[in-house]
Amino acid sequence: MKLTHILASAAMALGLATAAVAQDKTKVGFIYVGPVGDGGWTYEHDQARKAVVEHFGDKVETVYQESVPEGADAERAITQMALQGADLIFTTSFGYMDATINVAKKFPDVKFEHATGYKTAENVSIYSARFYEGRAIQGHIAGKMTDSNIVGYIASFPIPEVIRGINSAYIHARKANPDVEFKIIWAYTWFDPAKEADAAKVLIEQGADVILQHTDSTAPLAAAQNAGDVIGFGQASDMAEYKPSPRVSSIIDNWAPYYIDRVQAVMDGTWETKDTWDGIGPGMVGIGEITEAVPEDVKAEALALKEAIANGEYHPFTGPLNKQDGTPWLAEGEVADDGTLLGMDFYVEGLTGEIPQ
Amino acid sequence: MDLSSITPALLLASLMVAATPILLAGIGELVVERAGVLNLGVEGMMITGAIFGFAATIETGSPLVGFAAAAAGGALLSLLFALLTQIALANQVASGLALTLFGLGLSSLLGQDYVGLKPTPTPSFNIPLLSDIPFLGHVLFSHDLMVYFGLGLVAAVWALLKYSRAGLILRAVGENHDAAHALGYKVVRIRILAIMFGGACAGLGGSYISLIRVPQWTEGMTSGAGWIALALVVFASWKPGRVLLGAWLFGGVTVLQLNLQAAGLAIPVEYLSMSPYLITILVLVIMSADKSRAPASLGRIFHASG
Repeated sequence: MKLTHILASAAMALGLATAAVAQDKTKVGFIYVGPVGDGGWTYEHDQARKAVVEHFGDKVETVYQESVPEGADAERAITQMALQGADLIFTTSFGYMDATINVAKKFPDVKFEHATGYKTAENVSIYSARFYEGRAIQGHIAGKMTDSNIVGYIASFPIPEVIRGINSAYIHARKANPDVEFKIIWAYTWFDPAKEADAAKVLIEQGADVILQHTDSTAPLAAAQNAGDVIGFGQASDMAEYKPSPRVSSIIDNWAPYYIDRVQAVMDGTWETKDTWDGIGPGMVGIGEITEAVPEDVKAEALALKEAIANGEYHPFTGPLNKQDGTPWLAEGEVADDGTLLGMDFYVEGLTGEIPQ
Repeated sequence: MDLSSITPALLLASLMVAATPILLAGIGELVVERAGVLNLGVEGMMITGAIFGFAATIETGSPLVGFAAAAAGGALLSLLFALLTQIALANQVASGLALTLFGLGLSSLLGQDYVGLKPTPTPSFNIPLLSDIPFLGHVLFSHDLMVYFGLGLVAAVWALLKYSRAGLILRAVGENHDAAHALGYKVVRIRILAIMFGGACAGLGGSYISLIRVPQWTEGMTSGAGWIALALVVFASWKPGRVLLGAWLFGGVTVLQLNLQAAGLAIPVEYLSMSPYLITILVLVIMSADKSRAPASLGRIFHASG
């Protein structure tokens, strides 16, 4: 009698405890580098945040702060979010790396997820997508589509992620069209529509008829449209409003499955430091519809390339490849390792100009 | 490096376009500051003008209505600043900063339904005959109406401040509001009008970005142009001609550095990127070595009892 009584109360206590945990919402914070309406990078992160809300409903509460500058102010913003009681914080830009690590030290009980960086800690995971896989497909289409043989590239900051994208696009443009030449402008911003538009206009004035961008707004596509015979690609988001031309395809970041997975892990108490770098295969990188502005055969080739990358048959960085100064990098058939790719600070052979240091 | 890929005519023509938003906002702020008011809300008024102009153009299909709405939007927002600083006698610096934050928030709220839409294109206005002149025709006479409007406005403000009685009164209010008040001028009324003028100009400048230079609506799209316009007024020693020069320098070097980058010039990109700021400040600071100084009552609160 006594034993059953104890067992019963223990079971009841356990039940109450679980109920109490269930009522306690998991608070998830997001730090964005641009406004949620940028139509590109931040927009996609916010879509994933909404997917988290939809998936978990009442069990989760999300907060976000947009247009947080990279640098000292980021640390303040992240700290504030941690103080507000967030259990999990996603910092969604490369420039938040050190700030995230610093804040994580001060809040050992809060979990952090930093996008596109390379520093982890006990409570800091990193995640990124293999955008360069998508760049390979863009490069192929760009090489096939250009008549002037000049491809303009609006780069943001000289960090490995951006340099990888340039190299991958260039390698595949060159394969498709040996005469192709890249003109690169470093905009030193992720988001500044006026500057991005100016950069696109300058590239077009200098003869480019394909514009690739690694900045987040749709301004370069608007400039391409005004210029007429120029094509471009959606960056980070589908940018479907510029279909069928100038936007002929796009790279779409799909963060939702990852975010849901990580929030679930925090809820279950199974969260641990991870280093995730997924590409087209697992679905973190999507390729937006290739429109009718692209000839059928080019489209078929691009889709075949996508398929080969997705199932692992082909790696965009496969030798023989030389570095810009002509020194050998990858031998015939050799595939670049992730370490080199993550720290990439050199152009491949054929690209002109220097990477700003 | 292949400098031959840079076309001087195209370069100079895009200089005029790149300079127009900060020129419009700058000349408006100049009038405000000459009246003795420091409005740090230029960025907020610009972005509000950008969305007002964009929305009105989408709804009516007429860019002209859009620009009018942008000016009205900017002026309306500046009225809030006028209310705070001229009637409630609040601190101008704090009110101006608040206005920027408010404008940024308001514009993204208003702009939610306008993301991804394309405005009716503003026709470029080729001045007959003149635009056929080789080189100069393309550089000077084949722009949209707003470029000419901006230039005309600078000339008008310059003439007004220098030669007209209204300009004299405005300057008097800015130099010594107590004396102006003693002479019987309505200091507060004059300042409110100046603030609204500044708001309208900033709104126009913002809508130039959303309707012509980019053209589309994206949140936060002015990204600091308002602050550059503010700095321009100071470095231009509150002189309209120098605001024009500064805007051209800034716009020109911005476009030039992009061109040089695309042409593959062997100057480190970091230097090219900072060059618009550096060169503009340098030139204007050297020029302001003369006796020019800020309006004496700039930023000071006026109350008729004082």
